[in-house]
Amino acid sequence: MRRAIRNYLVFLWRCARVAFVGDWRYYAWMGLLTIFCLLGLNAYAKQFVHGLITTGMSDEVSWGVYIANFTFLVGVAAAAVMMVIPVYIYNNEELHDLVIFGELLAVAAILMCLAFVTVDLGRPDRFWHLIPGIGEFNFPASMLSWDVIVLNGYLLLNVHICGYLLYCRYRNRKPAKWFYIPFVFIAIVWAVSIHTVTAFLYVGLGGRPFWNSAIVGPRFLASAFTAGPALIILALQIIRGVTRYHISDKALLTLRSIVQVSMLINVFLLANEVFKEFYSGNLHVISSKYLYVGLHGHHALVPWIWTAITFNLIAMILLVLPVTRSLRWLNLTCVLCIVGIWIEKGMGLVIPGFIPTPLGEMVEYSPSLNETLICFGIWSFGLLCYTIFLRMSVPILQGTLSKANEGQPELEMAGPEFSPARPS
Amino acid sequence: MSDPIHANPAGATPGNGTSRRSFLRTSAVLTTGLAALAASLAPLRELSDFTSAEKFFQKYYKELTPAEMAAVLKRIEREVEKQYGIRPHVRDLKPMDGVEFVYAHNLTRCIGCRKCVHACVAENNQSRNPEIQYIRVLRLPHGSLDMEKAEHNYAPEQVPEKGYFYMPVQCQQCKNPPCVKVCPVHATWQEADGITVIDYDWCIGCRYCEAACPYWARRFNFAKPSIPKDKINPDMAYLGNRPRRQGVMEKCHFCIQRTRVGRYPACLEVCPTGARKFGNILDPNSEVSHILRTKRVFIQLKEELGTSPRFFYYFDV
Repeated sequence: MRRAIRNYLVFLWRCARVAFVGDWRYYAWMGLLTIFCLLGLNAYAKQFVHGLITTGMSDEVSWGVYIANFTFLVGVAAAAVMMVIPVYIYNNEELHDLVIFGELLAVAAILMCLAFVTVDLGRPDRFWHLIPGIGEFNFPASMLSWDVIVLNGYLLLNVHICGYLLYCRYRNRKPAKWFYIPFVFIAIVWAVSIHTVTAFLYVGLGGRPFWNSAIVGPRFLASAFTAGPALIILALQIIRGVTRYHISDKALLTLRSIVQVSMLINVFLLANEVFKEFYSGNLHVISSKYLYVGLHGHHALVPWIWTAITFNLIAMILLVLPVTRSLRWLNLTCVLCIVGIWIEKGMGLVIPGFIPTPLGEMVEYSPSLNETLICFGIWSFGLLCYTIFLRMSVPILQGTLSKANEGQPELEMAGPEFSPARPS
Repeated sequence: MSDPIHANPAGATPGNGTSRRSFLRTSAVLTTGLAALAASLAPLRELSDFTSAEKFFQKYYKELTPAEMAAVLKRIEREVEKQYGIRPHVRDLKPMDGVEFVYAHNLTRCIGCRKCVHACVAENNQSRNPEIQYIRVLRLPHGSLDMEKAEHNYAPEQVPEKGYFYMPVQCQQCKNPPCVKVCPVHATWQEADGITVIDYDWCIGCRYCEAACPYWARRFNFAKPSIPKDKINPDMAYLGNRPRRQGVMEKCHFCIQRTRVGRYPACLEVCPTGARKFGNILDPNSEVSHILRTKRVFIQLKEELGTSPRFFYYFDV
């Protein structure tokens, strides 16, 4: 027992050491992210002292970019499952090892989600009121209490699956199926649930007709399964570029077909919603009018939503054309998908729900500088986490960081692995 | 950039020079990092309203024993006195038996003078900067209850204006309140007399209730509330008008500190036209019972949402 604990601690220690080793590009990247994290922390310290008055939010538009980013990132986290399904249900071997990269992205995304929710709280010092058993938990009535459970549960599930598989690889042991396969299947259902519950946060509000629509949940899933795998494709391309880790073109193209189908469904559902809102023409169309064409001289979101729609449509066309079988075009398409959906799901979904107010007042919203810095800080924090996760897991999967070479200094690994230019 | 790591052949023990150099480098990086961290956290030095352990661990309203509540009330009195220089009288008033409060508002009589708005601010110790108001008066063109046509910022020389009617909106004290349903921590709930209250010391400030309310009745303390010392109303209730803190929700509570001891709400007392009526719907002889029995038409705002407000609008004719 004591030896097992010792082995595990050595594993953690070596992983932690590896995170601090890399070539100059690695240090430059991590340094940059750290600077943005600290800027964000500084902005948050200001918000903590002076209150949410430092943001662009008001009683009229009481949620802003924090909740917008939160919503988008829940989708990214949920999308990890789109790599898990082919591997564990359809036994697609191409994606097998890559699942871990997807799940690590989910872990980083959930960490960002939790950070975005925390910075949105007026009284973060009272977070413990939300802990079941210690605080007062309004379960099952409040969708937010569901969200607390599903997000933290999803985090634990993914940390367990990735951590266990990586540790087995490190020890060069075959993972015990009963110890992770059941969790993989739970995580598949759970991934759908995190995004559905997050959609229900909005859908459940009868007083906000813009959100109170049954299609919001399916649209959430479709857009998540577009943007998430697109982000994973880009991450894998970067891993291919900066490490020696082998990722086949076929794996990327499998992900491409997932993005392709999801984007088609996403655009179809969007068309459904736009038709229902504008054709029936009842008074509830007012928020959609504000979003798409502007209302009474207020049109802050109009350029945003049309950018999003343009990006989504171009991406959809590129995805159905064979041109995106070329990886360079695929990269571009993925960027379009991510930006398009980030706007549509974030600002395009959260803000119009508040405009006009339930009493018909038009008050617009744009994030303050301090608020923007906090967002950049959290994104940098997430990327920092993801980079560290990859920095640890790539050598483990390659076998250069394993129990067998324990005792050798970690530092050499910086050499061969991080210089693709050098001949092997 | 030359990396000393590469200079080390695999498996070789690092020389003394390298280890000293790497030690120096590590400490330089650590020092810089800690200094940067400290610098980024510097704004925290301005934190004046620091949460004491006593406040941090304060229990939920419904879990406080009478003795604990007495201690909390004393503490609040001390704090208010320290901050505003006036000793308040803070009570924990419970709902009265056999009472369910209802508000009725006469749209024919209301002239849109906004006296109720300001009386409410004065009575309920709302922040003056930024100013928080519980009542919003809408100016609507004759013949329409469409909120999109409402003017919020009307400012004529004189009210009432021809062609318009006025409709003040405040918390509707719903029988089926969406705000209570969505609160993740039970910080807001409906009391036996129908008033939906907020435990200001339990609210986490997520503003989900504000998104859920179809009447835009809830307000958030985006900044630390500021009230001039001479404007404090010292007659306070725990679930009512005691001063709030930064980062929590508040809203109309039918002036709990008055109505639970048999007085009228401040907005009613100040109304120059008698457009506002308030009372116990369970008492068949009350004014509101009479109005709801005899008026042919009355309106519950957004009735189709199923919230069932305890705030009724009616016409004289």
